[in-house]
Amino acid sequence: MRYPKDGRFGEFGGKYIPETLVPAIEELEENYLKFKNDKNFKKELDYYLKQYAGRPTPLYYAKNLSEKIGGAKIYLKREDLLHGGAHKINNTLGQALLAKKMNKKRIIAETGAGQHGVATAMACAALGMKAEVYMGYKDTIRQKLNVFRMNMLGSKVHPVKSGSKTLKDAINEAIRDWITNVETTYYLLGSAVGPHPYPVMVRDFQSVIGEEIKLQMKKINNKTPDSVIACVGGGSNAIGTFYPLVDTNAEIIGVEAAGHGLKSKLHSATLSAGSKGVLHGMMTYLLQDDEGQITETHSISAGLDYPGVGPEHSYLKDTKRVKYHSATDNEVIDAFLLLTRTEGIIPALESAHAIAEAVKVARKGKKSESIVVTLSGRGDKDVEEVQKYLNKNVKD
Amino acid sequence: MSRIKEKFSELEAKNQKALIAYVMAGFPNEKTTLSTVRGLIKGGVDIIELGFPFSDPLADGPVIQNASTVSLEKGTKIKKFFSLVQKIRKETDIPLVLMTYTNILYKKGYPKFIKEAKKVGIDGFILPDMSVEESKEYLSAAKNNSDTIFLISPNTSKTRIAKIAKATSGFLYLVAVYGTTGVKTGIKNYTLKAIKDVKKLTKGKIPVGVGFGVSTPEDVKKYIKVGADAVIVGSAFLKLIENTPQAKLESKIAMFTKSLKKQTIL
Repeated sequence: MRYPKDGRFGEFGGKYIPETLVPAIEELEENYLKFKNDKNFKKELDYYLKQYAGRPTPLYYAKNLSEKIGGAKIYLKREDLLHGGAHKINNTLGQALLAKKMNKKRIIAETGAGQHGVATAMACAALGMKAEVYMGYKDTIRQKLNVFRMNMLGSKVHPVKSGSKTLKDAINEAIRDWITNVETTYYLLGSAVGPHPYPVMVRDFQSVIGEEIKLQMKKINNKTPDSVIACVGGGSNAIGTFYPLVDTNAEIIGVEAAGHGLKSKLHSATLSAGSKGVLHGMMTYLLQDDEGQITETHSISAGLDYPGVGPEHSYLKDTKRVKYHSATDNEVIDAFLLLTRTEGIIPALESAHAIAEAVKVARKGKKSESIVVTLSGRGDKDVEEVQKYLNKNVKD
Repeated sequence: MSRIKEKFSELEAKNQKALIAYVMAGFPNEKTTLSTVRGLIKGGVDIIELGFPFSDPLADGPVIQNASTVSLEKGTKIKKFFSLVQKIRKETDIPLVLMTYTNILYKKGYPKFIKEAKKVGIDGFILPDMSVEESKEYLSAAKNNSDTIFLISPNTSKTRIAKIAKATSGFLYLVAVYGTTGVKTGIKNYTLKAIKDVKKLTKGKIPVGVGFGVSTPEDVKKYIKVGADAVIVGSAFLKLIENTPQAKLESKIAMFTKSLKKQTIL
């Protein structure tokens, strides 16, 4: 679906928002439609993506890993090499530039682990703006260094102490701020979620990932990849990877966080185990109880720790174009260590979910087949978490 | 005729405007809610909004957020809520409006939820995250069953107000200020202008209620003076509930209600 005018992907998506936000959302949509095909806007964004963020990112053949598994060839789309260490900068540069064109002086954002917050703070610093970032209180403790990074970059972090004190509550609080300061403020949402046009806009800004994969793979073997794999929390790196490839024959797999296992309740696998509902302005799959109360989630990776998912993923699941699998915390740690040891690449725990799936798919594949895995971020931020996990499990 | 519509015609005949009170059900327990409702009725309230808690109340400020969290922690469930409504219905014929978020109705299914709510005595719904564009199924389920009260804001365009007024029954809920519930910013000129504009646009076809940040008799007086047909007070009641021992709650609520209601009698 190129640009759904009503904001719906099948039955998913829409705009379930307080009336106060309607003029702001309309203004955003109008400006996005105006600028997305504007020659100067595209040129400027392209400049920042290349010269500032470091695009294009390599498509790296993970030879050691592939040979160790002994099946299909695994290629890594190296979004971890981008400025800031994650794919998030693709979207924050796009939206910050749009906000600037819209003459918005105040930028707000939410963040889970801090990756989107940091990428927002960087884009704003580069474009001469300041951001205020809402972050769950629990996450500000877990990711202290990212809070400090955002402060150094000139952005202010507001710890959110309501609800479960994590990403979903940070989004709630950002929306409350937006309702209060609607006339002056641009809400720079970090994932392919929320009311229309955010899911489409974030997808479009992230689609550079999939577009590059297509070109790079063609150069390597004059084909499209046989399989494409990415991790899914809100789903921005995944939709950016998948969207340019949905019209090809590639097998597409999204990987959710199974935490302690899908039967444990301690997971964030919305598409694998959720049901339809309305949250954060969109209709989509959610983790909720029988009465529609949103349930608490768990994942070893804070970036996937979210009870909803982008509405286009819900659509791609129901139409069966994309398969959604999941990886448990244990599988993720194994994949994290495997990639680190075989290739010398430390993946973000989020991205390690995709690696875990790639290992399974490669094992069943032929040597002539190619698998592309989006390595959405680097794992330096997670080293402490992994150390803690390993120490605990050795003691156990 | 719906209970809400009847109430507004009854008030018009008496040359009065409506005082609407919001209470979060089960905050901090069912007994408190019942005492509060009794106090409200004693004090002369015209319509009661019962809040049903949602885990993610993104249009609410800290007071109602906290009330939602406490109510959920104390085990408020749909079935329990409906039985509370039944108890209230045995004591009064006053219009009861259910205020919650879209997902609560969506999850059960709009027709099923609305039918069950009507059976126990709910007269209408307020869903702050239900935009008119997404309301088709909700409206068709509510038709001939319940009033659908939509919200408008001081920044809502004239064409949208017309569109929303068409989908609205009972009364039109004008959000007084840019912000979440319970904000205290003082009375803004843009609010007074919005009340006048909306009244002009709707030409008396539907009553206009003003809520969000309305907390004192002075607020009520000013909004009524510029033409509001109803005022909605929420967070101020919840604060009173928080700070009053159970034994004195009913009389304290009645006293505060009386002071507000006085301002709606012309």
